[in-house]
Amino acid sequence: MDKSIKKVILLGSGALKIGEAGEFDYSGSQAIKAMREEGIETILINPNIATVQTSEGVADKIYFLPVTPFYVEKVIQKEKPQGILLAFGGQTALNCGVKLYEQGILEKYNLKVLGTPVQAIMDTEDRELFVKKLDEIDVKTIKSHAVENIEDAVASAAELGYPVIIRAAYALGGLGSGFCDNEEELRKLAEKSFSYSPQVLVEKSLKGWKEIEFEVMRDRFDNCIAVCNMENFDPLGIHTGESIVVAPCQTLTNQEVVKLRELAIRIVKHVGIVGECNVQFAFDTNSEDYRVIEVNARLSRSSALASKATGYPLAFVAAKLGLGYGLFDLKNSVTKTTPAFFEPTLDYVVCKIPRWDLSKFHGVSREIGSSMKSVGEVMSIGRTFEETIQKGLRMIGQGAHGFVANKEIVVEDIDKALRQPTDKRIFVISKAFNAGYTVEQIHELTKIDRWFLDKLYNIKITADELRALNTLEEVDFELLKRAKCQGFSDFQVGRLVLKDSIDGEEMAMAVRNYRKGFGLAPVVKQIDTLAAEYPAQANYLYLTYNGTKSDVDFKGDRKSIIVLGSGAYRIGSSVEFDWCSVNALQTIRKSGWRGVMINYNPETVSTDYDMCDRLYFDELTFERVMDIHDLENPHGMVVSVGGQIPNNLAIRLDANGVNLLGTSASSIDNAEDRHKFSSLMDELGIDQPKWKELTSLSDIHKFVEQVGYPVLVRPSYVLSGAAMNVCSNDKELEEFLSLAANVSKKHPVVVSEFVRHAKEIEFDAVAENGKVIAYAISEHIEFAGVHSGDATIQFPPQKLYVETARRIKKIARKTAEALKISGPFNMQFLAKENDIKVIECNLRASRSFPFVSKVLKINFIELATKVMIGEEVTPPAKSAFDLDYVGIKASQFSFARLQKADPILGVDMASTGEVGCIGDNTDEAILKSMLSVGYSIPKKNILISSGDAKQKAELLKACRLLADKGYTIYATGGSHKYLSENNIPSIRAYWPTEEGNEPQALEMLQNKQIDMVINIPKNMTHTELTNGYRIRRAAVDFNIPLITNTRLASAFIISFCNMTEDEIEIKSWDEYK
Amino acid sequence: MKEAVLHLENGLEFQGYSFGYEFLAEGEVVFSTSMVGYPEALTDPNYEGQILCITYPLIGNYGVPDDNKENGISLNYESDKIHVKGVIVLDYSFNYSHWNAVKSLDQWLKENKIPGIYGVDTRELTKYLRDHGSQLGAIIPRGFNTPSKFYNPNLENQVAKVSCTEVTKYGKEGGKKVVLVDCGVNNSILRKLVSRDVELIRVPWDYDFNTLEYDGVIVSNGPGNPEFCTETIKNIQVAMEKNKPVFGICMGNQLLAKAAGAQTVKLPYGHRSHNQPVRLAGTEKCYITSQNHSYAVDNNSLGADWEPMFINMNDGSNEGIRHKNGRFFGVQFYPDNNTLFDDFLNLL
Repeated sequence: MDKSIKKVILLGSGALKIGEAGEFDYSGSQAIKAMREEGIETILINPNIATVQTSEGVADKIYFLPVTPFYVEKVIQKEKPQGILLAFGGQTALNCGVKLYEQGILEKYNLKVLGTPVQAIMDTEDRELFVKKLDEIDVKTIKSHAVENIEDAVASAAELGYPVIIRAAYALGGLGSGFCDNEEELRKLAEKSFSYSPQVLVEKSLKGWKEIEFEVMRDRFDNCIAVCNMENFDPLGIHTGESIVVAPCQTLTNQEVVKLRELAIRIVKHVGIVGECNVQFAFDTNSEDYRVIEVNARLSRSSALASKATGYPLAFVAAKLGLGYGLFDLKNSVTKTTPAFFEPTLDYVVCKIPRWDLSKFHGVSREIGSSMKSVGEVMSIGRTFEETIQKGLRMIGQGAHGFVANKEIVVEDIDKALRQPTDKRIFVISKAFNAGYTVEQIHELTKIDRWFLDKLYNIKITADELRALNTLEEVDFELLKRAKCQGFSDFQVGRLVLKDSIDGEEMAMAVRNYRKGFGLAPVVKQIDTLAAEYPAQANYLYLTYNGTKSDVDFKGDRKSIIVLGSGAYRIGSSVEFDWCSVNALQTIRKSGWRGVMINYNPETVSTDYDMCDRLYFDELTFERVMDIHDLENPHGMVVSVGGQIPNNLAIRLDANGVNLLGTSASSIDNAEDRHKFSSLMDELGIDQPKWKELTSLSDIHKFVEQVGYPVLVRPSYVLSGAAMNVCSNDKELEEFLSLAANVSKKHPVVVSEFVRHAKEIEFDAVAENGKVIAYAISEHIEFAGVHSGDATIQFPPQKLYVETARRIKKIARKTAEALKISGPFNMQFLAKENDIKVIECNLRASRSFPFVSKVLKINFIELATKVMIGEEVTPPAKSAFDLDYVGIKASQFSFARLQKADPILGVDMASTGEVGCIGDNTDEAILKSMLSVGYSIPKKNILISSGDAKQKAELLKACRLLADKGYTIYATGGSHKYLSENNIPSIRAYWPTEEGNEPQALEMLQNKQIDMVINIPKNMTHTELTNGYRIRRAAVDFNIPLITNTRLASAFIISFCNMTEDEIEIKSWDEYK
Repeated sequence: MKEAVLHLENGLEFQGYSFGYEFLAEGEVVFSTSMVGYPEALTDPNYEGQILCITYPLIGNYGVPDDNKENGISLNYESDKIHVKGVIVLDYSFNYSHWNAVKSLDQWLKENKIPGIYGVDTRELTKYLRDHGSQLGAIIPRGFNTPSKFYNPNLENQVAKVSCTEVTKYGKEGGKKVVLVDCGVNNSILRKLVSRDVELIRVPWDYDFNTLEYDGVIVSNGPGNPEFCTETIKNIQVAMEKNKPVFGICMGNQLLAKAAGAQTVKLPYGHRSHNQPVRLAGTEKCYITSQNHSYAVDNNSLGADWEPMFINMNDGSNEGIRHKNGRFFGVQFYPDNNTLFDDFLNLL
């Protein structure tokens, strides 16, 4: 080990975004753990405040700053570390590291890169170098031409022959890449790719080949192991992040695995990796021909998956290898006796399934391909493929009960839907089977290996057999057992046999009882890395019906507490709930209880088996949670730290004898049920926006006549505004209602008054027996109407009347008392003048818990957990009003990846991640946070279209500042006129429809003449292909910073006009006191 | 679906369903943790007399390839026949999918009259074997009787059953002459040797190869207990006296050790997998190796002129020995991805 290293910098990956998500919180946390174990001081740069790695007691010092060379250099200057870790923060950290190297900064400060050298990273990132490098060892790569202009791209494609794939060099997750069948398509895509990178690669397409990945470790002694191999269910052509991935490979022979393994190791040795590396292969389906697709010289999404799939902590070991250890020096962290130099053997099969949220975006294409669009993923574990895939399809949490027994999806043309995959492809396969398609036909259309399709067909056969019956008594033991071994849920069996004749929950319960009558129950198996060859005290567990005996004993001493995790990351529920889950577990364990986790998201820290006494990597369905509860017989269960999924289970769990810790299920029901909550608010004399639950269109119209447009329309149980919408006129209302009515039959439509130009305020708190013991009030920068998950949030509030804050506190206290809250809760308010209305109340931790906890430096989850488990707590004396600094939480959007989506904000959440930065004043905090989510300070030209009259007025001050600072403002018609009237100089720019006039706004964007776009939509209508849409979309496609909200635009402009980047203070979290 | 049961000698039973040849199978029940390679495993002579439990649950996925041969050596199988007595799996895949498959595993087992059982909790069985050592047992399809006494392959000379019966030559004449003592040699070893431009003389396990003219000896892998191979041990001793380079593989390593006066011991449940980590003694070089053996050389019994060459990183057992003169050495694993064959040939 290198003893000269006393202090290291680790670069994080920043906000969660499509292509770079929670997996890097997991890998970074592991790396920090490895460093600390060696007594090395760790300095973390990561503005993502909701992560576990940016928590107290993880890294020694944390900088909530953008991960860019400018800030990293400043931190280096200040901290004087000896080493830097580049491999644990995704492409963001890697790109930053390469720039630091190229700019000579690493050399200047004599900083040692721990792990894979930067030159090796560059050899894998630059396509031409990469091909050359692999040619040296006779390894085949995809024939690829690196070009620097469009004409060369066209020429290359002609030479290679269509179809071709093009991709931008140095871009994360396949940004700006895609397939082209002809020259026209190529020209269109190439233009976009060049906006991301000066170098674009044109390659022959190998669509239809298998896609195989290997995760390889190498130490500095040249010892190599291939820890895991994985096979994509979807053939080449679909980004691995968009594909169902199966580990280990299922359709390869020994000879093929040996061959690819040997190639992977040859590559890793030749490139000179020290640490972890991912190698992706394209593999022919009719021979042993192969091509290397790419090599990722860093921890990746796949490596996080491989770690969870095998139990081998890749990031932890990689960090140790970076310090100079050999694989033989380190121990297998599961067996604790055997060495880390080994290749895990699995005796189970895992499936990763992506989670998309495409319905959240207006206008987005639902087709999936070579660019990533999914926002999260799940991993399911089972002992047959059927069991595993059905578990996984339930886990993604989009209404599916498995592969069969779902609500039939509507597909116009099955052939087309099979040929051109969308996010619903697997359900199209299910539909196709029902429509009589054979495995062979589906294989022809999809190129999915027949083996996978045969397995899916097995599920269909069992479903048919069940469907042929009409009562449970007709289902014999053999059939029921087969169904359970194939992963059927009780609900699926119930629906197939009973045909929705009774309520779903009742049906599932009937099957559960019937099944128990046969003694049919799942067993618990360990993931021990060695397929039971050696005894292991593994606490990493899953449930399966394919077994006769559990691997672990159940003490039944009621000394354990189960925490339900958050499930797949999705828009509206992400790493913040992982932070909450991890903190709850830690508090539980510190208090002497055994902490038991249930979660299935491979990107999380909560599914690291070191975090708890037992980890059940399994479903968060009522059925599975009850199975585990029956076995574990715990003291109780925590349902309030994992977001909405556990919260939604509360009432059923309670009804079935589970001891819910903290706030009671009936209180949760009183808060979740709109009617009950509303009458409670009425009783307490607390105001709410007018609303009504309605079932007919005429009633709705009557209600709208009373309150006036706009109105907010939504179903009663909501998660981050799913299927909710603002309607501004009759037409929109009627259009939307036809969709919303389909969403939920059980819950009628709720229409509420929509208050415009109101402030939105968050109240995060912890209560004990109805008494608030800690709280944080924060305010949105944007006016109400922007979803709280998308809004920019300021804490402590800087522009809130004292009277408003006082009233809010009072309301919250009354509510907590009435609902007898014990644990975390969150309320949202509208404030106009001092008039306050409650818009939401969640009796669980909210998205902003890590943010307020870290800014205030009071761990709300620790407090809440202590309350829930009955520990004594002292209410913290500190108040937000004592803080001499400001925190800003800003949102990260991933519109660039969501082709055609309108990058506009509304009541439906669209952001994929967030950052939280601290500053000595609002300007500094705003600037840091906006730069952290990818904005840059504009150099010269700003394009403004400023919406309606009120919005124009709101922007006036900021525009004047811009003009004073010497910026050139280009403004479209109305805005230009308004600015002139107010004596602010601007140049008129023309909309696309104002043809023949110069300058054309769109052309200026294409020519990169604009440094920032402020485009304020006039109203909430999503009229596609309007002028505004085209400008907004062009800004996103050409990678030009875009702001669509006047309040945020003003705040940002004011901040960068008031201070320069050089004036930003480089202070670590602990320096804000 | 016809029910079957796996019955162990101590009475323990595992329920499942019959596949392959529907008949009684008796043997020593062992497990392998290799995740792929059932056609290779089933034809590996080291499994002679054994019933194989495969810990990876999904088996049969890619069917079974044809028996094409090159230079008289099968390209896809490890020998000319299936050597296991029976197969135990959890989830047999009735449908297979692979471009080079010609039949299903089920069909192949039927053709070779080898019984199989699926639906068994293979992890539970493996844990049992791990904790209690390998067991004698039988696969008993419904309708067959439980045998009163179980066949025990360890009481027989398994090497004699699987070794060739006559001398065969491979490769071109004029090259270095290498004697390969066939104790149940794997085709992959044969293929590697034949590709290396030597004249290979494959002889039966008890053949007195010292009557031949040769440059070096390789003693192959093979099944069972090395105690039975006294003739081979004697022949190796003569070769060493003549100072001919000797390279032992698996069983060959054990026989070399015995020829050098050392002892072998039976491992509790053997090493059977593709992922056995070994370390080249005294170095920082480590290898992931494929192994299949029940017995191992006792490190402590090695004479003064000998030393351990490789050590198993999991359990510290011997994975290879070498004589200090550098001319005699053996490894306990299949030398797939390293330079051991070349090292040996360089000695000639």
